[in-house]
Amino acid sequence: MKNVIDRHKADKLGDSLFKGVSFFFAVSVIALMILIFAVLVKESWLSLKAFGFGFVYSSAWDPVAGDFGALPAIYGTIVSSIIAIVIAVPVSFGIAIFLTEMAPAWLRGPIGTAIELLASIPSIIYGMWGLFILAPILSEYVEPPLVEYLGFLPLFSGAPLGIGMLPAGFILAIMIIPFISSVTRDVIRMVPSILKESGYGVGATKWEVIWKIVIPFAKSGIIGAVILGLGRALGETMAVTFLIGNSHDISMNLLDPATSISATLANEFTEAVEDIYLSSLVELGLILFVITFVVLALAKLLIARFSYDGGRR
Amino acid sequence: MSLHYTRRKAANLIAQGASVASALFGIIFLFWILKDVLTLGLPAVNASFFMELPAPAGVDGGGLANAILGTLMITVIATVIGVPSGILAGTYLSEYGRKSRVADVVRFLSDILVSAPSIVIGVFVYALMVKPFGGFSAIAGSVALAIIMLPVVIRTAEEMLKLVPDATREAALALGAPHWKVTVQVVYRGAIRGITTGVMLAVARVSGETAPLLFTSFNNSFWNFNLTEPTSTLTVTIFNYAMGPYEDWHTKAWGAALLITAMVLVVTISARFFVRGKAN
Repeated sequence: MKNVIDRHKADKLGDSLFKGVSFFFAVSVIALMILIFAVLVKESWLSLKAFGFGFVYSSAWDPVAGDFGALPAIYGTIVSSIIAIVIAVPVSFGIAIFLTEMAPAWLRGPIGTAIELLASIPSIIYGMWGLFILAPILSEYVEPPLVEYLGFLPLFSGAPLGIGMLPAGFILAIMIIPFISSVTRDVIRMVPSILKESGYGVGATKWEVIWKIVIPFAKSGIIGAVILGLGRALGETMAVTFLIGNSHDISMNLLDPATSISATLANEFTEAVEDIYLSSLVELGLILFVITFVVLALAKLLIARFSYDGGRR
Repeated sequence: MSLHYTRRKAANLIAQGASVASALFGIIFLFWILKDVLTLGLPAVNASFFMELPAPAGVDGGGLANAILGTLMITVIATVIGVPSGILAGTYLSEYGRKSRVADVVRFLSDILVSAPSIVIGVFVYALMVKPFGGFSAIAGSVALAIIMLPVVIRTAEEMLKLVPDATREAALALGAPHWKVTVQVVYRGAIRGITTGVMLAVARVSGETAPLLFTSFNNSFWNFNLTEPTSTLTVTIFNYAMGPYEDWHTKAWGAALLITAMVLVVTISARFFVRGKAN
């Protein structure tokens, strides 16, 4: 009998130990998130105090004089991500439609895999490929016609360099297409087939079923997918660093070199010796972290409705 | 009347055409990038690429042996830190915290952390481990990669553990096994395949990361086996070489790109087959 009681006690101990350890690691994610915020705030304190809120809308970037402002980097981050979204959304949407509604079953697997492989290629490969292969092509064949025919717009009035805001946005678009299209595909799959069948039943074409039944049903999930892609694009570093041109001037012209938060960090962080310089760079990182946190949280809330919740509701 | 039909049919055709074109667009870029990485990378890959240290700047020849070793070392240590903690956290979410508030918060934050900018993780680890201890180090790079890996492992582990039917757990519990033994000896066994796949994908992903290593493990032109010293990695080497002025550096960078891409793709594709094998 004593034997059994001892074993029972050992089991109980083992249980609470195991539960405790696994709880510790689960909670460590919360602790990690808080720690990241705390450390970034602490390290950027010098710059927060020196420049105050003006940091966000000042376009100064003078490491010698120790005067810093985040506006060019924030502008570049947002504009390059918007370009990426504008290009990636229609394409991803087409891919998702192709994979769910159009492709024959034997083609869905291979094409879906190919698109997802795009997501697994490391960011640095995109950057290098963009710099050595894409940029020359853009400056030779794509940007000159843009300047020639759309040059009257302030957006396309510069020299066709092959690196700048537009090339960076374009490479970002290729990188986020797999994310947007795979989430969109999953969301579209959740549309009950009985709804689609009733559409076909009254004689709607495939496009009409997609446009008038599938999309309205999946709207919030699709918006979530787009915002997820935006969150990815905002924080993407290496590819942008190679292609954006690293200039702290703000220009309306999308062909001009620009910079982004992530590119500024990648290029200048190890060179920053003065405390205020380093602190300003960390504050840039903090701004990026806050922006992406908000954007990704929003995406998560929108997509959550379409994911399987274990039958809780 | 017939115009109405023609217009509807035309719209349908255009939409379908656009959708096929989008799929082609994605696939073309995949193969285009892979083709260039292969054709430009192959000339760089030879015996000295794997065996020798980098030649001095501007001198042809040499290899990236130290960077290959550095990538391996940093990735392995990151895996050792990130995977067990991730699996345990995932275990909590799946086995204990299915309906708890804390678990919901952890899930939410993990999903955000998965897509959080990796360069910010680099800045964070720099402030935490590099600045206070006075120098770049391999271990700081490993910690940065472990942080990036952690949320991926947590979420996959949870998903895979949840796939184990509750009846299995109940059967084991009914035999009098304590909960932790049920988890370790029954549930883990049922989910081992899925978890292994998830871990492989997470490792492949972080081994291609550059941004978090730029200011943690930094760079080194020599062999380094000391975890507290700067260490060279393939990805950071690609960054420095591709931005550099020498033709030979560019070739080396393509070679390193080929190595990293091949590794990531092989792992990703084989993980896919691994999972499919289970489904059948």
